[in-house]
Amino acid sequence: MATDYSQEISVIDERLTFTDIENLVARPIDEKPNKKYLFALSVTVSMLLLGVVCLIIAFYYGIGMFGNNIPVAWGFPIINFVFWVGIGHAGTLISAILFLLRQRWRTGIARFAEAMTIFAVICAGLFPLIHLGRPWLAGYLIPYPNQHDLWVNFISPLVWDVFAVSTYFIVSLLFWYVGLIPDFASLRDRATSKAKKFIYSLFSLGWRHSNRQWQHYEKAYMILAGLATPLVLSVHSVVSFDFAMAILPGWHSTIFPPYFVAGAIFSGFAMVVFVLVIVRKVFDLEGIITMNTLDNMNKVILLTSLMVGYSYGMEFFMGWYSGEVIEKFVIINRAFGPYAWSYWIMISCNVLFPQLFWFKRFRRSIPVMFVVSIYVLIGMWFERFVIIVTSLHRDFLPSSWGMFIPTFYDVGILLGSFGLFFTLVLLFAKNLPVVSIAEVKAHSKGAQIHHEHAEDKLNG
Amino acid sequence: MDRSNKVYGITALFSKPEAILSAAEKVSDSGYKKFDVNTPYPIHGMDRAMKLKRSFLGFVTLTFGFSGTAFILFFMWWTLSVSYKLVIGGKPFFPLPAFIPITFEFTVLLAAISTVFGMIAAFFNLPKNSHPLNETEYMRSVSHNKFGIIIEAADPLFDEVKLTQLLKELGAEKVETVYWPEDEKFRIFEPKFITFLIIVALFTSGTTYFSLNKLMYIVPFNWMDKQDKTIPQEKSDFFIDKFSMRTPVEGTVARGFMPYPFMGVDTPKVFLSDPLLPTKEVLKLGQRKFLTFCSPCHGNLGEGDGRLQGQFPNGPTFHSNAVINMSDGQIYHIITNGRNVMPSYASQITRRERWAIINYIRILQRAENASEADVKEAKEEESGKNVQ
Repeated sequence: MATDYSQEISVIDERLTFTDIENLVARPIDEKPNKKYLFALSVTVSMLLLGVVCLIIAFYYGIGMFGNNIPVAWGFPIINFVFWVGIGHAGTLISAILFLLRQRWRTGIARFAEAMTIFAVICAGLFPLIHLGRPWLAGYLIPYPNQHDLWVNFISPLVWDVFAVSTYFIVSLLFWYVGLIPDFASLRDRATSKAKKFIYSLFSLGWRHSNRQWQHYEKAYMILAGLATPLVLSVHSVVSFDFAMAILPGWHSTIFPPYFVAGAIFSGFAMVVFVLVIVRKVFDLEGIITMNTLDNMNKVILLTSLMVGYSYGMEFFMGWYSGEVIEKFVIINRAFGPYAWSYWIMISCNVLFPQLFWFKRFRRSIPVMFVVSIYVLIGMWFERFVIIVTSLHRDFLPSSWGMFIPTFYDVGILLGSFGLFFTLVLLFAKNLPVVSIAEVKAHSKGAQIHHEHAEDKLNG
Repeated sequence: MDRSNKVYGITALFSKPEAILSAAEKVSDSGYKKFDVNTPYPIHGMDRAMKLKRSFLGFVTLTFGFSGTAFILFFMWWTLSVSYKLVIGGKPFFPLPAFIPITFEFTVLLAAISTVFGMIAAFFNLPKNSHPLNETEYMRSVSHNKFGIIIEAADPLFDEVKLTQLLKELGAEKVETVYWPEDEKFRIFEPKFITFLIIVALFTSGTTYFSLNKLMYIVPFNWMDKQDKTIPQEKSDFFIDKFSMRTPVEGTVARGFMPYPFMGVDTPKVFLSDPLLPTKEVLKLGQRKFLTFCSPCHGNLGEGDGRLQGQFPNGPTFHSNAVINMSDGQIYHIITNGRNVMPSYASQITRRERWAIINYIRILQRAENASEADVKEAKEEESGKNVQ
């Protein structure tokens, strides 16, 4: 199949009219949930409940229920935190960076990816609190005026994290909500039941689709995209500072910020592909989330896979090039030590399997991308496991060497976080427009005047 | 919604984006100012067609963003180097590189929040669900698949007949007049609403009370209130005598503090000697402590005429030959050890203070029994002649 690259391919299926778009997007909201949906929800809620029970036990008896202990003081909670923050990054990349780069194929998936950002950051934000062991004392992380004149340590990367992740959450939420306002108005005007009309009126804030509103709205969207772009790059850089600012061999490295950002986008895109493959099938959105979009997503996965692979190679190179005995030991121990299995899971899932996407046939094959995206998610989780556990379990003194063995509660809480994430995704998919109605309308055939002229010129 | 017969404006619907663009151009060229275009999505070129000024939203972002930068830099400097100076790893009090991440995050946070809230509240004047266009057929069409234009009756050029004609000429599918809605009446004192308010109030105060006074003291949220340790004055189940406060073991000596060697001895053979010089500070300290501890019995000038006369046996005068001839160490022994009815003051007056009191007593003795030479010296000092 030859593709003409001189022309931009249509974002959505060309035959869709405005009415079709609106009906397609609004269908899951209008219909009563079917059995399949309820089954999926019951699975995710069960996972969530398992996590909640594990958490309650862990909080009651203390964090001795977790596997982390000296020397591996950062166990599952921090691994999961970094993993989930990373998942969130794809949404902002799609909604902000690709918007600024005028990548029109993002239109169909931007809303969903943004929602996944918010849910992933919710999951991520819980883990530092879980790691605290006394989550109800988390208020002390925020600089508030108090009678002791005691403030947080602004020089600590852990406090930077608090600011970065909370800013990221708030800005993502605002960005998402701003995008939703016109859609709420559309839903308000097509709603028939009184309760729905009330709720949509409330959230649409009285939006009237007026051009005097659109004018500022488009400006605001551009500004927010401009703000979110450096923000998303900063957030995972700050997360990587948690490691890179420490002097621990295996962590103390200048490559960490770009390496973490690439890894975050890599895992985030894998999660988006994983969820979208299911969503477009279940909600009949094949016309809006097209194969071309998925093809592009897989190209990004391939690119970031290569960046991550380069970072793994560079870590090895630096271990040797530094001439430090301990640095060298850490790197060799990572690949051939007691946790070698986790290292090779990471390498094969993150570097080897995504290479399939060099071939167009695999990039456009639903089963292949589904399996590869799962592999990437597993691989990226193990990347954080490798970074944290293998760097910590061999201390400077052999007398303080130890091993990290996760407990049932660790695994339960990890499953619970997946339960929370997918429960939120399912609730979102059922109750809110999963695709931006206004944006898709604006990108459908014949919607814009100037675009048509430009395309005519290209064709003529 | 009930409509009054007051005209809000004239609406027209079009089904092609090209048509609405030319209609908007025509209407704004005809001199109308109070009109608006409603489209399901933003149409490129509409701002120019409507002759709209460019959006100033960016300046809101800029102003608030930079205010955020300035505020957080000032705040971090103030907390770490003014409010509570904190040395962290020997770093300076204003380590700018370490402040960059938070400064950046806070700038973005304030810029984003101000952009969104500024847009909604200041530029759109939202939330507002009582606009006359809401819940009209026109609104339902433009939020779905039609493109509409509305010219408000408030415009000075507004003429219903002429406008209908103009819009029809432009190819409008449907031209319609929109009326203001009837004023809505809010019945605040309806029993339903009052009940609702009461329930909300009870629920809020109940949960607040529960979480602040009960929930926070349930294990494990109890702020470490209950711990396996004894608190002074508390009853102890561990010790036989049920006291949680314990006395030190017999013969305990505090670190770096040698006990007084003649404690409990009536008349020791040797005495300590005064380690202090009679400087101004020492004498001031001695005077203060003398007036506090000695004067009630011995009198303000040490004449044995204290304020407690008749209630407590008075101490002897300090101006007898016996006392004048006592060595400093001997007086120190009496203060420390007590004599006759005078108890030991060792626990009330520190060692330094005791020596200071002795220095002050010596001053009193010399003043009371002054010689000719002393009087002369004092007089000279008073007139400023004696410069020594």
